[in-house]
Amino acid sequence: MTERILNCAAAVCEALTEEMARDEAIFIIGEDLVAHGGIFGQFKGLPERFPGRVIDSPISESCIVGAGLGAALTGMRPFVDMHFADFVTCAMDEIVNQTAKIRYMFGGQVKVPLVIWAPDGAGLSAAAHHSQSLESWFVHAPGLKVVVPSEPADVKGLLKAAIRSDDPVIFFQHKKLFAREGPVPEGEHIVPLGRAAVKRPGSSATILTYGSGFYMSMEAAHELAGMGIDAEVIDLRTLKPLDFETIAASIQKTNRAVVVHEACLSGGFGAEVSARINSELFDYLDAPVLRVAARDVPMPFSPRLENFVLPKIEDVVNAVRAVTYRQR
Amino acid sequence: MKSSASTREMRRLYRTMVTIRGFETLAGELFAAGKIPGFIHLSIGQEASSVGVCSVLRPDDYIVTTHRGHGHVIAKGGNLKKMIAELVGRKTGYCKGKGGSMHIADFSLGILGANGVVGGGFPIAIGAGLSIKLRRTNQVVVCFFGDGASNRGTFHEAMNMASIWKLPILFVCENNCYASTTPTTYACSAADIAARAAGYNIPGVTVDGNDLLAVHEAAGQAVERARRGEGPTLLENKTYRRRGHFEGDPQKYRTQAEVAEWEKKDPLLRFASILKKKKLLTGEMEKEIRKQVDDELTEAVAFAEQSEWPAPEEALEDMFVNP
Repeated sequence: MTERILNCAAAVCEALTEEMARDEAIFIIGEDLVAHGGIFGQFKGLPERFPGRVIDSPISESCIVGAGLGAALTGMRPFVDMHFADFVTCAMDEIVNQTAKIRYMFGGQVKVPLVIWAPDGAGLSAAAHHSQSLESWFVHAPGLKVVVPSEPADVKGLLKAAIRSDDPVIFFQHKKLFAREGPVPEGEHIVPLGRAAVKRPGSSATILTYGSGFYMSMEAAHELAGMGIDAEVIDLRTLKPLDFETIAASIQKTNRAVVVHEACLSGGFGAEVSARINSELFDYLDAPVLRVAARDVPMPFSPRLENFVLPKIEDVVNAVRAVTYRQR
Repeated sequence: MKSSASTREMRRLYRTMVTIRGFETLAGELFAAGKIPGFIHLSIGQEASSVGVCSVLRPDDYIVTTHRGHGHVIAKGGNLKKMIAELVGRKTGYCKGKGGSMHIADFSLGILGANGVVGGGFPIAIGAGLSIKLRRTNQVVVCFFGDGASNRGTFHEAMNMASIWKLPILFVCENNCYASTTPTTYACSAADIAARAAGYNIPGVTVDGNDLLAVHEAAGQAVERARRGEGPTLLENKTYRRRGHFEGDPQKYRTQAEVAEWEKKDPLLRFASILKKKKLLTGEMEKEIRKQVDDELTEAVAFAEQSEWPAPEEALEDMFVNP
């Protein structure tokens, strides 16, 4: 498999093109897809290449998600575009009460091969209705798999895995990362759901992160290296099911952990990871697990305010310095 | 149902109504005896709607049902043993004891599931209808719901979507005069819920929901229209919920006189008298049908009660295909 440089938006498009060509049961449903190629241009070319299989919907989020579910129950493999992740709130019954529970509630009678694709995240001055990171809500709803990729190769590989999954997957992808470039393997490239990746090996402390937090963490690790601190960076990629083995192996080596995410602090996924590390790896810890996250406010509009609320590279650097006792 | 071949068919429809009445009566008794955990919602009085609508469906057609869905499941061919076993929480039940009364499904019969959320079925019906279009079969979907659900946003989203895409869906409103404890006359902005169809450019039809033949006729036309690719219909069956919202409901919101008034419009008595007038049913036949149904139900209860309880650890199974 050769690799080329693609951005994350192109990686989404490539994954969908390959999968739709492979399996006729796959279709895309959402708002502004056909004429616009998706609100971020992420589906450009697909409506022409697969006529009738990219379906523009009225602005009816409950019915968009529910239609995906009903189609999944009757033999299709729908890919539902939420437009902005914030709009999952308009379809919470369909996601949490229906999609997540149907297989279980009906005693395993049916498969639910549905992907809910939700562009999330802040940093674009889009204010509080277009900037949230809501992944931890869905981690808390049994019956869903939750994916949050960062690098383009993982976007492609995880999306292909999500589309092929017989279980419902909610796939968050950061809007600001659509333009991020990186090497992406051509053709069949699958990243299995539920496996984290050690993206930067290190020995002094483990940074556990995903989505936009990944880039922040890699830059922090680079700065920390200059200070003689060798941080290991793990991109969790799938939050549920969580690859705790990879986390445990790293912490048994580094004895220190910092969790980094863009979602706000309280009740965030960092709390879950931190709790599990404390209960299962306490004997290996040389310092309390620290969390780096956004402030607990709705995302403000003005760039100066937004920047203040969001976690920064320097926060990650400081947290790692703290767990390695380089800073009080 | 004018051909001679329909004599047997009419008796079968009557028998199905008797089965639903028997099932619901029995479920009420089992609940009162403490054998059914949780709560149950019975459809006594609404049998003509379930049977009339499902009488025009093919085995491969889909239905989406509600928390008052036992009748729909039976009318679509559901297995009584698996139903009772589910109601009492055994592992031989339709959902292995994970769903209970409000969550019965049988995907082999196109029963895409009952829903504990009022109005939760509309979006799923849209998806099934869209899937039929994409797969180019000529199946149809029936989406059953109550008067209360017609006030939810999902109703309006679904009517619009089904209309613009001409989806093969029959929306069946079972207007039983109450949404839980709230009278329809209070909570609905118009006297006929079917009138709302006009706003979505689809046919809206109101029928006497206690008249099996009227429901059968109207549902038949709507289903034919859907199969021809002409899109959805909203059918409102005006009926009455004879029992409380749930078993044990003190029902302070209505009078005994009102319930008694509707008992006179009983859909079973009504259809039986039509059949008797046409000499398609005799008192003897009626007795025989009741006996057969009683035997079937007795057998179903025995099956359920002799069935094993699920092992506690089974609570961790069936969530994902690939955990």
